[in-house]
Amino acid sequence: MEPHDHGHEAGHGHDHPHDHAEIGQLAPPQFYDIMETAVRELLIEKKLIEPDEIRRQIEVLDSRTPALGARVVARAWLDPEFRARLLANGRAACEEFGISFYDDTQLIVLENTETVHNLIVCTLCSCYPRPVLGLPPDWYKLKPYRARAVIEPRAVLAEFGTIIPDDVEVRVSDSTAMVRYLVLPRRPEGTEDFTEDELAAIVTRDTMIGVVPATVAAGGIRQ
Amino acid sequence: MTQERSSQPRKSATVVFAWGERPIFQAGDRIRIGTRTPIGHYRVPTYLRGKQGVVVQVIAPAAVDNEEEGYGRNAGKRLHYYRVAIPLEEIWPDYVGSPRDGLYIEIYETWLERI
Repeated sequence: MEPHDHGHEAGHGHDHPHDHAEIGQLAPPQFYDIMETAVRELLIEKKLIEPDEIRRQIEVLDSRTPALGARVVARAWLDPEFRARLLANGRAACEEFGISFYDDTQLIVLENTETVHNLIVCTLCSCYPRPVLGLPPDWYKLKPYRARAVIEPRAVLAEFGTIIPDDVEVRVSDSTAMVRYLVLPRRPEGTEDFTEDELAAIVTRDTMIGVVPATVAAGGIRQ
Repeated sequence: MTQERSSQPRKSATVVFAWGERPIFQAGDRIRIGTRTPIGHYRVPTYLRGKQGVVVQVIAPAAVDNEEEGYGRNAGKRLHYYRVAIPLEEIWPDYVGSPRDGLYIEIYETWLERI
């Protein structure tokens, strides 16, 4: 086949030489790929689940992104009564936004303050507030972060560029069972006249895991 | 101080609760995490076995034991999870940081011992 005689969808212009690898599954499936396929096909064959349930659950997960959590945080920064409800019962307050907890987990929202810095980890696996933030980043699921976050949280935070003063208490929450955690970061200075949307834009995923503070620069809305 | 009229009905003192219905620990209680090593699926990380801490919150509502749930044995018995705080210096004797730094985790009632 000639380099550029294949049809492409609009938006994928090929004015560069084709020296990248073909996109496709070229390597043979690995152990876990085969196990996942085998278990899935067995469950379907035995009529324990329907193929549509798997597709639906992928759609559920795809609809959850850090933008949901960011809206919750922005509202909490602006509305003290909502903030109080969020800290009292994270799940119920998120449900006010129409965010459902399809996995039947509870949510505890941890407020960062001048004197307390919260960090979230799951040492056993990858428990994460998926209903509010979607899928966790890969580093959150890997063993170095999972082990080191509870052994030397200040060193881990420093690697993210977050230096915690000695007089600030570090609280590491290890989510393992049926509770998930969300960090309510501190509202940065210089955002006094921000709208709710502008505030939400500076609340990134990592601020809600607790590895970095929220900063005005994160939004890119204002110079 | 003025007496406010409450719209809440007064709680009956004669109601008896079933076993497991009420949390047996309260915020402030000192606890030790059990040292059992059950076979199979469990949710209490080994690095916390035998460590001492304090209950900071009763997590509501009561929930099934998800160690049992992992085997599909959802017997229906519900107990409370507790948010427990353990000083990082208690877990790691050579911990580097503030002595106030702590590990927080939710632990099922059957794993906690009162101290």
